[in-house]
Amino acid sequence: MDFILDNLLLLILLSPLFGMVVILLIPGDEKKLIRWTAFLFSLVPLALSLVLWINYDIGVPGFQFEHKATWYAPLNASFHLGVDGISVSMVLLTTILAPLAILASFNIKERVRMYMALFLLLEVGMLGVFMSLDLIVFFLFWEVGLVPMYFLINQWGSDNRRYASIKFILYTMAGSLGLLLAIQVMGLSAGTFSIPVLGEIWPAMEKGILGMSASTVKAVGFWAFTVAFAIKVPIWPFHTWLPDAHTEAPTAGSMILAGVLLKLGAYGFIRLVLPLFPEQAYQAAWIIGLFGMFSVIFGAYASYGQTDFKRLIAYSSVNHMGFVVLGIAVAARVGGSIDAGLAESSVIALNGAVLQMFNHGLSAAALFFLVGVIYERTHTRDLNKYGGLWTVMPAYGGILIFCAMASVGLPGLNGFVSEFMVVRGAWSVYAIYTALAMIGLLLTGAYLLKALRLVLHGSLNQEWKQVTEISVRERLVVYPLMALMLSIGLWPRWVLEVINATVTRLVG
Amino acid sequence: MSHEFLNLLPVLMPVPPLIAFFLIVLFTNRVRWLSHTIAVLATVICVVFGVILLTEGWHMGSHDLAHHPVGESTLWLPIDGVSHWFKMGGMMDPLTMGMLFFVPIAIFCIVFYSIGYMGYGTSHVDKYYSRFFAFLSLFAAGMFTLVVADNLLLLFVGWEVMGLCSYLLIGFWYDKNYKDPNQITPRQAAVKAFITTRIGDVLMLLGIAYLYTQAGTLSFSEILRNEEMLHQLAAATVPGLGISVAGLIGLLLFAGTVGKSAQFPLHVWLPDAMEGPTPVSAMIHSAAMVSAGVYMVVRMFPLLSAGWHHNGPPTAPMVAMGLIGAFTALFASTIAVAQNDIKRVLAYSTIAQLGYMIAALGVGAFIAAAFHLVTHAFFKALLFLGSGSVIHGMEHGAHHTHDHDTDAQDMMNMGGLKSKMPWTFWTFLIGGMALSGLPLITAGFWSKDEILAESFTAMIHGEGGMGVLGAWVFILLAVSAALTAFYTMRQIGLTFIGKPRTKLAEHAHESTWTMILPLVILAIFAVAAGWLGIPDDFLGIEWGEINTFHHFVGAALIEHPAGVLFNWIPLLTSILVVGLGLYGGYLVYWQRPVEEGAPDPIVERLGPTHEVLKNKYYFDEFYDKYFIEPTKYVAAKIVYEWMDRKIIDGFLHAVGKGTEAVAHRFRQFDTIVINGGVDWLKDRFLDFAQAIRSFQTGKVQEYLWHSLIMAWAFAVLLVLVLSR
Repeated sequence: MDFILDNLLLLILLSPLFGMVVILLIPGDEKKLIRWTAFLFSLVPLALSLVLWINYDIGVPGFQFEHKATWYAPLNASFHLGVDGISVSMVLLTTILAPLAILASFNIKERVRMYMALFLLLEVGMLGVFMSLDLIVFFLFWEVGLVPMYFLINQWGSDNRRYASIKFILYTMAGSLGLLLAIQVMGLSAGTFSIPVLGEIWPAMEKGILGMSASTVKAVGFWAFTVAFAIKVPIWPFHTWLPDAHTEAPTAGSMILAGVLLKLGAYGFIRLVLPLFPEQAYQAAWIIGLFGMFSVIFGAYASYGQTDFKRLIAYSSVNHMGFVVLGIAVAARVGGSIDAGLAESSVIALNGAVLQMFNHGLSAAALFFLVGVIYERTHTRDLNKYGGLWTVMPAYGGILIFCAMASVGLPGLNGFVSEFMVVRGAWSVYAIYTALAMIGLLLTGAYLLKALRLVLHGSLNQEWKQVTEISVRERLVVYPLMALMLSIGLWPRWVLEVINATVTRLVG
Repeated sequence: MSHEFLNLLPVLMPVPPLIAFFLIVLFTNRVRWLSHTIAVLATVICVVFGVILLTEGWHMGSHDLAHHPVGESTLWLPIDGVSHWFKMGGMMDPLTMGMLFFVPIAIFCIVFYSIGYMGYGTSHVDKYYSRFFAFLSLFAAGMFTLVVADNLLLLFVGWEVMGLCSYLLIGFWYDKNYKDPNQITPRQAAVKAFITTRIGDVLMLLGIAYLYTQAGTLSFSEILRNEEMLHQLAAATVPGLGISVAGLIGLLLFAGTVGKSAQFPLHVWLPDAMEGPTPVSAMIHSAAMVSAGVYMVVRMFPLLSAGWHHNGPPTAPMVAMGLIGAFTALFASTIAVAQNDIKRVLAYSTIAQLGYMIAALGVGAFIAAAFHLVTHAFFKALLFLGSGSVIHGMEHGAHHTHDHDTDAQDMMNMGGLKSKMPWTFWTFLIGGMALSGLPLITAGFWSKDEILAESFTAMIHGEGGMGVLGAWVFILLAVSAALTAFYTMRQIGLTFIGKPRTKLAEHAHESTWTMILPLVILAIFAVAAGWLGIPDDFLGIEWGEINTFHHFVGAALIEHPAGVLFNWIPLLTSILVVGLGLYGGYLVYWQRPVEEGAPDPIVERLGPTHEVLKNKYYFDEFYDKYFIEPTKYVAAKIVYEWMDRKIIDGFLHAVGKGTEAVAHRFRQFDTIVINGGVDWLKDRFLDFAQAIRSFQTGKVQEYLWHSLIMAWAFAVLLVLVLSR
């Protein structure tokens, strides 16, 4: 037990990798064995991250379960892992979604071995980003998460997959490029890549580099980081890769893409932009908030304008992540304020933003999965071709309504808690943005109800008379998500206490 | 009874129906009798809880209860640091008691009635019988949550859960289609209800956030019984808007009520909500949903009126409530006159009666509004369940005659049902008279009279705009009262009096006892509930403290409001207008009942006005053309196709094409100049790598690029090697 606790993060990070190696040793035609191996191996990090969750001490400031190994000494880069309340909740989200996504992928029939291997690699990449405390390691995992997703879309996607995967990779790479350069410049001028150390010295640093003044360097670094993360979140107008990628990706790919990959961007803002560039973030907060508001509104409008079920859900991510961005903007503006009221607002807003990341991960993953369930049965995503499916799939209908309501932000379910917190926190700082964001919140109801009406309601389209009810395996994918949504809606304490402790130290 | 249990009881109110919901959905959805037994049992438990709480509250006395509400709360959400928490809990104060007086019993009646209405034990039992009881249970849980909430956020939880349930239940017959493509289907009505009320909800959410920001709490007792805080909120002004903070918060909260309680201009959803099964209409119109909207503003009245003193100038939210409430009351009453669907008449009457309550708050008549909320819930539940019984009877006639084309809800197809359905008739008559406000006997009279008396006092004694507001409210409500009496007589006349005008009505018969029993219970309350609110000085005589409701619920405010002194003018006005309306209706529809095939006499008398009223002043068409269609256009064409696809993606594609062109040039250059120089390139690259190894800068780059390339190479390898 001590061994596990001492090396917990490393074990969580490496166990999917080990699983991948095992899978690669299995003959490719043993599909059933491969599936179950992948699934079981994805349960290991889940079990370990539950251990992490239980043993994480909210009373201790800073990072916990740190693991530091000398790695690239001449550079002062080290393999440094550690978690705080924000990352520990993201690790939990990732390890919860990974086995469910793998379970959702049991219907993949072609090249199962590679699919599962890539999936586990993807999990490693995502977990690595959430755990890294070193910029180099952060960037490495950032890219590791990107590559498998490219192939998942490119190889197992639907009709327009090549366009979508290229768009996805180029868009994200464009962001990565700036990120990489900024990291280099920072490392060079500060002489370290350690995130905690940089957090202490970087904001106050006055030494320039390459003939640039310190403020220029910081401004360049800030915008490079911001754009890279804005693409990943995505913040309007950097979002157009998302509907294509989501729509074309296989079901489980969309689940992970919406559930975790988008969070990497928001996480980057919180982990890197806020602590490293407080001055620049303060100056630019109104822009970030403005574009967050645009994401909320335009994401909702674009979603309402869809006739493709999956694209509709995809745009809902832009809408929901807009609230995360709004919360981050508030924290950037009034975080650490000497005014107690404003400081409280920033804590509430950032708490809301992190919880919204968690919540959106649950509900978006569930909705993408549910789209996949009927796509598999009807082979269409066109909303106008469904109709009356509730008659043949009563349980599915109930589940879909439940998850849609979580996404709408129905009180009693998870989304409401986080959205309310963001609205509450943002109101005292950006009242106009918040008020206008309500248009988006109104339309959230409109587009999800539109989807429900076209899919479930109406008289049954005779073409789908033989459509079968949601299967046991499919239920097992979505039930845990529903249970989590309900539990957070009724008793948000269990996650929020962990998040709140860190957020309060960060911006309170 | 132990003290702990008692304190826990308000919190426990929503639990039985919530458990019922989960039990039915998860386990008993295939067993009809078990489903409805569970649902009914849950409401019975709630009635018992309610009775215990009412008894206990009565013993404690209103003063003690107001200062020390029965209740319990828990740490729910960490706000900032480790010591600052949002507390969540339930409580019962005198106002909650007022709600507990009618909510459990009305809900019980509705759920019990549904057994018969949804056709249990008959051949035409509903396909989704169990589901119906599950949704009703969740609905009840939402309403109880709202009633016992000790803070605005929990109230909002119940509020929205009811919004969901009304969506689910209005659209319960989700696959129903009509021959007339212009007639709204249940599924469309459901979406309309949800979205229209949501307009109010998002504004209310802002109001809640604003209040929380300003007050640092959402607890009712910490805000509404805290004079200092109310004073501060009323004194602070909103920069740039020129009204007080309390005023803006109040307006935002009131926007929620405009949606939920279907006030003008968001009234359009409620009549279409009739597409749901009739018990749902009863639920929405009496015990839950629309009552919730009024309850919220009644509850928040100390905040909405912060800075106002008796007969003084009204606050901004009060002006809004007075204007909108009274206007809605008259506006909806005129529409009700020209409707032929038995349920739609009632729907518009609900909108009007809610307008009464809202207008009452506008002139500061807090208790009168709460009292009308209670009496209205009883007689409106009675009327809806009664109309359901009529429709059920008519549908029986339709089965009997195999005529499914005749509309069983159109009053022009009815007539003469009095003899066929005597129980339904007499109870419906009681409900109708209560709605009209038949003097002295019915509950509706006492509550309406109180509102008129209060607005009259405001008109005479009000200062600084309150006089005008009082006059507006008094006159509009008086006219509306006459119309109410008239259309009620029209409704009863067309439905029950005279001879049957169709085969359906001829073969209609009385409903089963499970439907009649709730009617009888509600009829008793529709009369008796009024006795709780007879003014102490009625007719100028000192009766002692007979106005129980006033004395009890008034304690919910910091300063117990004095009742208005008795005045003959509002009383006589009330009796006069009601008498006129009833007599008019009697003359037109009872004395000479409409014959089979004959037109409705009102069509001729009103002339072209009738067409406008029948079409509800064309509000649906207006909203459709100027709000809904433009929204769809903006969404699909402007935001998605133009902005995303054309501008943003167009830009990206242009960049992509440009890069490709440049790359193409480079490749030509490569082929011509280097021509097979791959080896050369590789060597140079290695040389280069060797050369820069000594530079630190180079190492970062190299290292990072290597890691990138490695990751890519690894992945490509995977794809190539294993993709079979």
